Amino acid sequence: MGRYVARRLLQMIPVFLGTTLLIFLMVYSLPGDPVAALFGDKAADPTTVAKIRHDLGLDHSIWRQYWDYMSGIVLHFDFGNQIASGRPVTDILSSAFPVTLRLAGLAFVFEVVVGIGLGIMAGMRAGRLADNAILIFTLLIISVPVFVIGNILIGTFGVNAVSLDENTSELIVPAMVLGSLSLAYVVRLTRTSMAENLRADYMRTAIAKGLPRRRVVGVHLMRNSLIPVVTFLGTDLGALMGGAVVTESIFNIHGVGGTIYESIVRREGTTLVGLVTILVLVYLVMALLVDLLYAVLDPRIRYA
Amino acid sequence: MSIIDTTKTIPAPRGDGEHQGPLLEVRDLHVEFHTRDGVAKAVNGVNYSVNAGETLAVLGESGSGKSVTAQAIMGILDMPPGKIPQGEIFFRGEDMLKMSAEERRKVRGRKIAMIFQDALSSLNPVLSVGYQLGEMFRVHQGLSKKDAKARSIELMDKVKIPAAAARVNDYPHQFSGGMRQRIMIAMALALEPDLIIADEPTTALDVTVQAQVMDLLAELQREYNMGLILITHDLGVVADVADKIAVMYAGRIVEQAPVHEIYKRPAHPYTKGLLASIPRLDQKGQELFAIKGLPPNLLKVPTGCAFNPRCTMAQDICSTDVPVLHPVAEQDGTELVGRGSACHFWKETIHG
Amino acid sequence: MPDMTKTAPEAEAIEDALAPPAVKAEKARSLWGDAWADLRRNPYFVVSSVLILVLLVIAAFPGWFTSASPTTGDLVHHYLGKPELSKVGSAEWLGYDVQGRSVYARLIHGTRASIIVGISVTLLVTVIGGLIGMIAGYFGGWIDALLSGFITNVFFGIPFLLGSMVVLQSFTSRSVWVVSLALAFLGWTQIARVMRGAVLTIKQADYVHAAKALGASTSRILFRHILPNAMAPVIVVATISLGVFISAEATLSYLGLGLSSPAISWGVDISGGIAQIRTAQHIMLYPSIMLSITVLAFIMLGEAVRNALDPKMR
Repeated sequence: MGRYVARRLLQMIPVFLGTTLLIFLMVYSLPGDPVAALFGDKAADPTTVAKIRHDLGLDHSIWRQYWDYMSGIVLHFDFGNQIASGRPVTDILSSAFPVTLRLAGLAFVFEVVVGIGLGIMAGMRAGRLADNAILIFTLLIISVPVFVIGNILIGTFGVNAVSLDENTSELIVPAMVLGSLSLAYVVRLTRTSMAENLRADYMRTAIAKGLPRRRVVGVHLMRNSLIPVVTFLGTDLGALMGGAVVTESIFNIHGVGGTIYESIVRREGTTLVGLVTILVLVYLVMALLVDLLYAVLDPRIRYA
Repeated sequence: MSIIDTTKTIPAPRGDGEHQGPLLEVRDLHVEFHTRDGVAKAVNGVNYSVNAGETLAVLGESGSGKSVTAQAIMGILDMPPGKIPQGEIFFRGEDMLKMSAEERRKVRGRKIAMIFQDALSSLNPVLSVGYQLGEMFRVHQGLSKKDAKARSIELMDKVKIPAAAARVNDYPHQFSGGMRQRIMIAMALALEPDLIIADEPTTALDVTVQAQVMDLLAELQREYNMGLILITHDLGVVADVADKIAVMYAGRIVEQAPVHEIYKRPAHPYTKGLLASIPRLDQKGQELFAIKGLPPNLLKVPTGCAFNPRCTMAQDICSTDVPVLHPVAEQDGTELVGRGSACHFWKETIHG
Repeated sequence: MPDMTKTAPEAEAIEDALAPPAVKAEKARSLWGDAWADLRRNPYFVVSSVLILVLLVIAAFPGWFTSASPTTGDLVHHYLGKPELSKVGSAEWLGYDVQGRSVYARLIHGTRASIIVGISVTLLVTVIGGLIGMIAGYFGGWIDALLSGFITNVFFGIPFLLGSMVVLQSFTSRSVWVVSLALAFLGWTQIARVMRGAVLTIKQADYVHAAKALGASTSRILFRHILPNAMAPVIVVATISLGVFISAEATLSYLGLGLSSPAISWGVDISGGIAQIRTAQHIMLYPSIMLSITVLAFIMLGEAVRNALDPKMR
C-alpha cells in the first residue's frame, strides 16, 4: 500500500508538470500583453514597459519563465504576484479559496443527498413510472446549460448576485446550480448500478439465505451498487472547483472560479496560472484518493 | 407417486415429527414467464417428492425447467416476469405457495437451503466469507458478531477448508473454485436445514474437484439426514449419489426411476438418447450417438409430445396427444415400483 | 475500405470467416440490425431524430422559416412589447430584443452556428481522440504510457471550459471555426479513453489473435478487425458529446468568450437578455428553450443509440 501510494505520487509528477506547462503555454504564448494593458489607453513609455517586463521576468524565453515559475512554487511556495496590484497570488488564493470550498462543499452535499436518494428511488422501481419520471428529470437537467438554469433561478426567484461577504445561506442557490449537472449523473449512475446489481447472482443467494428485504437491499445491494457512485463523487469534488468558473461568474461570486474568470478577461497571466495550478493539484490529489478509496471499497482491486 | 425404499438404515426424519409423508412434495407445478415475445412455459405440470435422507436427481438440458422448478420451491423466482398459474409445493405437509412472504422467508435458509452453480458470482464479492456465513446465524438465530464468526470458522472446518480461522476474513475471489463451492455448501448447511437444493453444484469445477465436492455433499447429507435435490445435466454425477432420478424435458418430467434401473433399462427415448451419447471406452472408434435437433423453444413448444421432432420412434400420435406419465411394468405386467415414463411407446422403448 | 494488406487471399478468407459480427456484412445486419429494430420502437429515438432533422433543415435553409432580418433592428419595435404568440412564424411572433431585432429571426439564424460548432467539434475530437486512443490501446507499452498515461491525462487535467476560455480570450475575432478548434483542442480526451478501453478489450479477442496468427498486417488488423468493433461505444459518446459541445459554445458565448459578431449565437442572445430579465423575459427565454431543446435532442439520441447497442444498460 505504501509503495503503491509512493509510485502513484511519482507518476503524478510528470502529469502535473505537463498540465501546468500546457496552461503556461496557453496563457503566455498567445497574443495579448498584460503590461501594455496596465497602461490602459495611455501611451506607455517604452523604457518603463521594458523595466516592468524585466522585473516580472517576461523578457526571458517562455521555457525559462516556466522554469523560474515552477522552482518558485517548489522552493518557496511562491506562485508569483498579480501584475496589476502586485499582491501575491497566494494572498488572492487564501481569500478566494474558502468561498469556493464552501460553494463546492454545499454543491457536493446537495448532489450526494438528492442524487443518491433519487437514484435509489429510480433503481428500485426500474422501468416503472417513478423511474421514467426521474430519468426524464435528469435528462432535462443535463440538457439545460448551467448558465440557463442559473439565470432562470435568478429571474424567477429573484435571487440577486451574492454579496461580497458571501455568507453560506446566500451560496445555497448557486451551489444547487453548480451541483445540478453532477446530480443528474449521480442519479443515473446510482440507478444503473442498482439495476445491474439487482440481477446479480449474489442477490439471489442473499434472498435464498432467508435474509429480510431491508438487509438484502441495505447490505448486499447497496454495498456493491454504491462503489462506482462513490468513486464518481470523489473525482467530481475536484471537477466542481473547476466548474465553479461558470457558476461564480453568473452569480458574481469572488471565489477561485470568479477570480479565474476575471483573470482571463483581464489577461492576468500570473494569477490565472497560479489558480489553475492549484485546481490541477486538487484534481490530481482527488484522483489519487479516489483510487485508494476504490481499493478499500472493492476488495477485488489490488494495489498493483 | 411412490417412494423408493432406501431409507431403512437412516435415522427418522428430524423436525416437528407430526408430519407423515414426504418432506417435500411438488404437485402439478406450472411456471410461465411473460416476456416481450410472448409467454414462455418453463414448467408444465411437474410432480415429484423427496424424503428426509433421500437424494432426488433432476436431470435435463438447459431450458428443461429443472432450475426453474427449484427456484419456485425456493421462492426466488423473479415475479414478474415469472408467474405460477397452477400447482402446489408442500413442505412438511404445508403448501408454501399459500404462505405469507415473511413465512416463506423464514423457511428459506433455515429449513430449505440452496447451493448455486457458480460460487464466484453467487457469493457477494465485497463481503468477507466469514461475514456471509455469519449472516445466517446473526439473522436467523440472533447471534452476536463475535459468536457468528466463531460458528463460521466451525462451518469452514466442517467443509474441510484448510486454515479456516486464518481465512475467515478473506473474500470469495481469494479462494479456489473448489474451496468457494465448499463455502457455498457451508452456507447452505449453516442452520442444518431439512432439505438442500443443489443446482449444478459441480458444473463449474474441474473434474477432480467435482468428485471431492460431491463426496463432501453426500457425506454431509448422510450425517444430517437431509433431503437433497440434485439438479444436473451430467449423468455421470448422478450415478453415485442419487437414490432416484427424474428426467425433465420442455418443462415436464418425461421419465422417473430408481437410479440404477434407468441406466440399465431406460423407458423413454429421450433418456435412451442421453445414455447413448455418453462416450464409452468399449465403443472406442465407433461414431458417438447424438440426439438430433435442438431443445424446443419454450415460446412455442411442439404439440403433443414435446420431444417428437427429435425422436427416432415418433409416430403420428406423438404430434397430437400429450403422453401422460405411464406407470412402467415388466413384460409380464408386474409393476416396476417408482418408475414412470411419459412416452406413448414406453413398452417398445424398455422391452423392444 | 481499401485493402491495405499483403496477406494471401486464402488467409484473408479464413480470417474473415473468423471475424465477429460487425466485420461481416451479413452478420453485421444482426448486430446493427437488432439495434435498428430496437431504435425504431424507442420513442426517445423517434422524437430526437425528428427534432434533429428539423434543426438541420433550419440550419441549412433559415430563409425557409423567416424572411425577417436577424441583424438589422428597427427601434420602432419596442422590446417591452409582448410577443404575439398567435402570429406563428412572423417576425413579431416571439417579440423583439433591445435593438428591435426579431427574436424569432435570431433564433432561426442562430441555429446554424450551434449545429456547425457541434458537428465540427465532434468530428475533430472523434478523429483526434479515436486515433490516439486506438494507437495507445493497440500498441501498449511505452506508446500507451506516452499517449494515454501522459498526453491524455495532461489535457484531461485542465478543466474543459476553463481551458477553452483561456485559448479563446487571445482571439479578438472568433468565428465558428475558431471556437470549434478551441473546443476540440481540449475536448478529445473522453473519446480517446473510450476508444482505448474498447481496443484493449477487442485486442484480446480470439479473432484478433487468429488474424495475427494468419499473418495479417498491423494496419489490416487495426482498420478491419479492431476499428469496426470499437465504433459502437465511440459513436454513443460522440453523439452525446455533440449536445455537450453545443452547450459549451453557448456557455462561452454567454460569458463573452465565444462567438463574436457577426456570428449569431443563442448564447450571446441569452446573455443580452439578462439585463431585461425582470421586464422582458422573452428576450432570454426563447433562445434558452431553443438551446436546451437542441442539446436535449442530441443527448436523447445518444442515449437511445447506447440502449440499442448495449441492451445490458436497460
